Amino acid sequence: MTSKSNTNALKVFPRRHLLTCEGLSAQEINFLLDLADKNADHIRNNGRKRDVLTGRTIINLFFESSTRTQASFEMAGKRLSADVMNMNVATSSVTKGETLVDTAVTLNAMRPDIIVVRHHAAGAVELLSQKVDCSVINAGDGAHQHPTQALLDALTIRRAKGRVAGLTVAICGDIVHSRVARSNINVLNALGARVRLIAPTTLLPSSPERLGCEVFTDMWKGIEGVDIVMMLRLQRERMDASYVPSTREFFHFFGLDHEKLARAKPDALVMHPGPMNRGVEIASTVADHSKSVIREQVEMGVAVRMAVLEALSAHLPGFAEDAQ
Amino acid sequence: MRKPIEKPKSVGTATVFINARLIDPASNRDEPGGLLVKDGLIADLGAHLRRNAPEGAHVIDCKGNVLAPGLIDAQVFTGEPGYEHRETLKTASHAAAAGGVTTIVVMPDTNPVIDQVALVDFIQRRARDNALVHVQTMAAMTKGLQGEEMTEIGLLKRAGAIGFSNGKSSVINTRVMRNILSYAKDFNALVVHHTEDPYLSSGSMNSGEVAARLGLPGISKLAETIMLERDVRLVEMTGGRYHAATISCQESLDVVKNAKAKKLPVTCGVSINHLTLNENDIGPYRTFFKMRPPLRKEEDRAAMVQAVANGDIDIIVSSHDPQDADTKRRPFAEAADGAVGLETLLSAALRLVHAGDITLSAMLKALTINPARLLGLHSGRLAKGAIADLVLFDPGEPWVVNKDLLRSRSKNTPFDEAKMQGRVLRTMVAGQTVYEYAGIERT
Repeated sequence: MTSKSNTNALKVFPRRHLLTCEGLSAQEINFLLDLADKNADHIRNNGRKRDVLTGRTIINLFFESSTRTQASFEMAGKRLSADVMNMNVATSSVTKGETLVDTAVTLNAMRPDIIVVRHHAAGAVELLSQKVDCSVINAGDGAHQHPTQALLDALTIRRAKGRVAGLTVAICGDIVHSRVARSNINVLNALGARVRLIAPTTLLPSSPERLGCEVFTDMWKGIEGVDIVMMLRLQRERMDASYVPSTREFFHFFGLDHEKLARAKPDALVMHPGPMNRGVEIASTVADHSKSVIREQVEMGVAVRMAVLEALSAHLPGFAEDAQ
Repeated sequence: MRKPIEKPKSVGTATVFINARLIDPASNRDEPGGLLVKDGLIADLGAHLRRNAPEGAHVIDCKGNVLAPGLIDAQVFTGEPGYEHRETLKTASHAAAAGGVTTIVVMPDTNPVIDQVALVDFIQRRARDNALVHVQTMAAMTKGLQGEEMTEIGLLKRAGAIGFSNGKSSVINTRVMRNILSYAKDFNALVVHHTEDPYLSSGSMNSGEVAARLGLPGISKLAETIMLERDVRLVEMTGGRYHAATISCQESLDVVKNAKAKKLPVTCGVSINHLTLNENDIGPYRTFFKMRPPLRKEEDRAAMVQAVANGDIDIIVSSHDPQDADTKRRPFAEAADGAVGLETLLSAALRLVHAGDITLSAMLKALTINPARLLGLHSGRLAKGAIADLVLFDPGEPWVVNKDLLRSRSKNTPFDEAKMQGRVLRTMVAGQTVYEYAGIERT
């Protein structure tokens, strides 16, 4: 299986890095989702770890604190038998003033196979990828991209609904600052879903309709008849900057409660990339409702990250020997 | 939207105004006729009611005087809550009734500032219980009017706030102003802005020859125009509904005209003071003529009048701003800004009509239907089914203003001892007479 899928990967997924969802084809995305689907089933059936990445080294380089994404990548690497190293940036040379490029060059000299990077600045992961010889996975760069999140969201939708094409997905909340939103817009559009953005104008990027979405500033209208409601996290610091006046007002007009959810399709699903602010963007009872697939999203996260690691591993030097 | 707290309408007896000159700028009506009021609403009007009173109706003979929609004053400062010694909603409403004003929009510059839903409710309840006229609330657009954090525009609007203002100060932080205009647009909320760059307006009167002679630090017109220009750029970008509260000079007028030519959602107002007074009136440091924006040169005043006449300026406000002796009896530079104006609003505006600078109908338009449209009110017009908010006035009656007779709790009028021609005879709010001229004023 390893040999066959990896040879296939070179053809269908000819990328060395996963930096952005922009430009990913439906074929590439479905290839990753198919791989992830198998991983998900494998894990559900209490399958042992697979030996796809035996003897390979992955560095999780997180310049921005993260619990779930880092844990998810670590779990994914270990389930594929890789050696995973978590770089704790707080105690590293980064805090001593080293530049991003110097950090990249230093790490590269240690010859890892894959580096997973999260950084607070948009474009930082791309920059780092230019300075290293190994594969790089973007685990979130500023407000730009978070590709594995969009892929796990797509997988969650596909497993629950059987398809993504033709569904209407509403992405609601702080869109202008969200890398999750940007990645999801790319993936969902590529897979043929219709994407709606719902937010006050202050939390929308300029010319949002140019991103291939329908835009609503009234959630009551925007949520009408959708198949999927994808909520985003509202960061509290947005209040100080006068993007929105208060959490109370935000929840009133843009928070997902049962009344607004009732406007969506009866079988609509509720998603959230986490961590949630209960009572700010989502009512507690909605988050815990049977329509909510928030826990499945976390589960699919590991499966999708395994698929991405697996697909990229086909490009690692010495892969051919492994296969034989 | 939540149902606004309304004054009870008078039910039962009908009242008919006969022998009136009906003026309704909304329908370009100016004709002899009569008007029938029933259950707080205008039941009928027109020439056929000029002499024929329906049976059983209470008859008011207008004797050829003008019957017009009650005035709507979009900028009234009161002292409630916080400065009740200057003015309460009750005293302001009595002043309004005597001035023919049937709706006042009260500004958020109170203590505490009207920046929360509970305070909008407070104003509406106090007004319902104490005020003679309709009271609408202008809420603060930033918390505490500090210009930094946006208020809950959505919830405040639902609670009944009619617009959002930063009171007597401008929002200096451009990003905050941009966000407010963007956010307000989502709720179709009106943003009303006092345009004055504080760095250019630390003086105490219009900069120019008079200020130079008096040795007073001047306030440049630029302070007003620069802020207005900035705002118009932001409106162009965001599409938010914007109203410049009170402009005072030709340059600002040009900015507004350009914005309107571009079809931007921009309107503007002017205070009655800037239509009828100029900087020369300050004379020997008369602090009752100290206001913001400051009184400008005669050419600017004339330009403002002209602009109201041709519709470039949308509305006239009294900018009623009660101040007591403590804040006014001071050296000019240290005295507070502001003048009361509710009771003299119509009489002062009639000066312009008598001078031949503007028609009666054009003047009333800026005091009735234009503010009604701007604020989304259904009043300000004479039409069947409309609320019976009415003013009956004699445009020719001469009188002299005596500040001690003003109903306002504060007496800081710039028109004390001024000769006026034209006065209010009767004011009706929702079918109830709230003011009737007794002939000879009480002393």
